[in-house]
Amino acid sequence: MTATIPTPTPNSVAASPVMNWLNDGWITTRRNLIKIKRVPDILVFTTLQPIMFVLLFTYVYAGVIDIPGSTYAEFIMAGIFAQTVVFGSTYSGSAMAQDLKDGIIDRFRTLPMSPSAVLVGRTNGDLLINSISMIVMMTTGLIVGWRINSSPLEALAAIALLLLFAYALSWVMAFIGMSVRSPEVINNVSFLVLFPLTFISNAFVPAETLPTPLRVFAEFNPVSALVQAARELFGNTPAGSAQSEVWTQQHPVLTVLIGIVVMLAIFVPLAVRKFANISSR
Amino acid sequence: MSYIEAVDLKKTYTPKGASPVHALDGLNLEVPQGTVTALLGPNGAGKTTTVKVLTTLTRPDSGTATINGVDVIASPERIRPMIGVSGQYAAVDENLTGFENLDMVGRLYHLGAKQSRVRARELIDLFDLTEAQNRPVKGFSGGMRRRIDLAGALVMRPPVLFLDEPTTGLDPRSRIGMWEIITTLVGEGTTVLLTTQYLEEADQLADSISVIDDGKVIAKGTSDELKASIGGQRVELSLVSQDDAAAAREILTRFGSTEPAVSLDGRGFTVNAEDAPAALQLILTEFASRGIPLYDAGMRRPTLDDVFLKLTGHTASADDAAATGTENTDAPSSRKAQK
Repeated sequence: MTATIPTPTPNSVAASPVMNWLNDGWITTRRNLIKIKRVPDILVFTTLQPIMFVLLFTYVYAGVIDIPGSTYAEFIMAGIFAQTVVFGSTYSGSAMAQDLKDGIIDRFRTLPMSPSAVLVGRTNGDLLINSISMIVMMTTGLIVGWRINSSPLEALAAIALLLLFAYALSWVMAFIGMSVRSPEVINNVSFLVLFPLTFISNAFVPAETLPTPLRVFAEFNPVSALVQAARELFGNTPAGSAQSEVWTQQHPVLTVLIGIVVMLAIFVPLAVRKFANISSR
Repeated sequence: MSYIEAVDLKKTYTPKGASPVHALDGLNLEVPQGTVTALLGPNGAGKTTTVKVLTTLTRPDSGTATINGVDVIASPERIRPMIGVSGQYAAVDENLTGFENLDMVGRLYHLGAKQSRVRARELIDLFDLTEAQNRPVKGFSGGMRRRIDLAGALVMRPPVLFLDEPTTGLDPRSRIGMWEIITTLVGEGTTVLLTTQYLEEADQLADSISVIDDGKVIAKGTSDELKASIGGQRVELSLVSQDDAAAAREILTRFGSTEPAVSLDGRGFTVNAEDAPAALQLILTEFASRGIPLYDAGMRRPTLDDVFLKLTGHTASADDAAATGTENTDAPSSRKAQK
C-alpha cells in the first residue's frame, strides 16, 4: 500500500442542471449497457425467445386457427410483438430489486446525482433490449411470411407505439420492484400476471372466438388494445374481420397513447419519490 | 462547533408483525474537524442507522444533524458533494470492472469524462488493484471489493468520510491494509466517522470513541480515558494445571481488591488491584512458595472490552461473533487460548 494519497482534490465540472441530468441519465444507461454485454444470457434470451415464439405459433397453430381473409402469420406477429415487449419491461422491476439488495442504490443515493437518473438508466436499458427484440422478431416474421401492408410511416408508428408502451410499463415495474424488493418475487409475479394478460387477449386468437367471459375480458384488456393498434398500423387486419363493439378496440391507437401517458404521469413521479426515500435493508 | 454534529436523533422502525425497534433513541454525537471518531457497539446498537442519517440515506423521526454547519435533513443535496461513504456491504456493481465502477462514480460526481478516468486510474494504483482493474467485480475477493468500495468513496477526496464497519468480515491481512489507508487519509486532514464492533479497531484508529448501545451514546472519550474510567490495573495470570484453581482463587482474593474473574477454560484469572506492581510481587512470591507452576503472569491496563462489559453488562463482540460468523478475536480469553 502506498504511503500517501497524493492527489489534488478533483473538481466538478460546472454544468447546468439539465446537462448534469443528461450526464447522469447517460452514465446509468451505460452501466446497464455494459451489463447486457457482460451477462449475455439476457440478450440471448431476449432474442431467442421471440424467434421461438414466432416459429412455434406460425408453424404449430397456423393449420388450426383460421383467419378469414388473411394468414395466421400475418395475424400473429402483432401479438408476439406485444407479448415480447411487455415481458421485456419486467427487467426494470427485478433489476431495481436486485440493486437494492446489493446496496448499490445506497451508493447512488449518497452521490450528488439526479434522483431520477438511476431509473432513467434502468428503463433505457429495457428500451434497448426491447428494440433489439423488435428487430429480431420482425426479421424472423418476414422470413416466415409476415408482411407489412401499410406505409413505412405507419409501420414506424407501430414500432414506436409498442416500444413506448413497454417503456411506460418499465416505470411501473421499476416502482413495483422497489416496493417488493425481491427479484425472485418480481419474476414469479410478473409471469403469473402477465402470462394470462397476454394470452386472454386478441394476441394469439381472434377475441370473438373466445367463450363469452374471456371474450369480455379480452376486449377490455389493455394488451388487446396494443395488439389491435399494432395490427392496424402494420396493415395486418383482414378486410372482413369482425368489428368489436368496445370503444378501446375501435380506437386502439388512441387508447394505447392514453395508456402510455397515464402510466408515465403516475409512475414516473411515484418511482422517483420512492427512490429518493427508499432505505435499503 | 464540531464538524459533524448530531443532536437527539431518534428513529423508530416497525418491522412487519413485530414490536417497534428504537434504532436511535436520543443519540448525540460530535466529531471535530480532522479527527477520527469511532462509534463502537454491538450489532443492532444503532451504528448503521446513525451513518445512514448523516449520509442522507434515512430521515430521522426527530433531532438535528449538521455537517460543517449544513443541515443534513433539510439540505441533503448540499451534503452529498462533501461526503464519501463506504458501507459494510460493498456497494459496487458486480458486472462492471473495478475501473468502470470508479469511472462511473467520478462521472456521477460530474468530474467529466477525462478527469473521471484519470482519477479512477489513480485510485486503482493506490489501492493495489492494478491486476484486477479490468475484471468484473463479480470475481473479486471480499477484501478487493471493500477496497473498490472505499476507493469509490474517495473519488472526490471528500472532507468527510463515513466508514460503516470497514473491516467486518475481512481477513487479518486485508484489515491491516485497510487500517493503513484510513490512517493515511486522516493524516491528510479528512474527518472520519467510523463504526466498528471491533474494540481493537477503535483503539487503533480513533481519536475519540463513542460507545453506543440501544440507540444511545453511553460513554465517550479517548481510548485511555474510557479505560481509566473503570479503574486501575489488573493482575492477570494463567495456571499450568487446572488442579491449582482453588489455591489460585484463594491467593488472588487475598491480594486483589475484587473477586477474581475466571476464564472459560478455568486456568486464567484476572483481579483488580490498587497497587498492581506490589500485588503482583506478593502474589508471585506466594505462588512460588507453594510451588504452583504458572504458565503466564503479568499486569495489564483495562481493555475496551472491560469498559464495554462494565457499561452494558455484555461484551461488545459476543453477539456479533454469532451474527456474522466471524471469529471473535477481541476477547482476552480467546486470545489467551490461541497463544
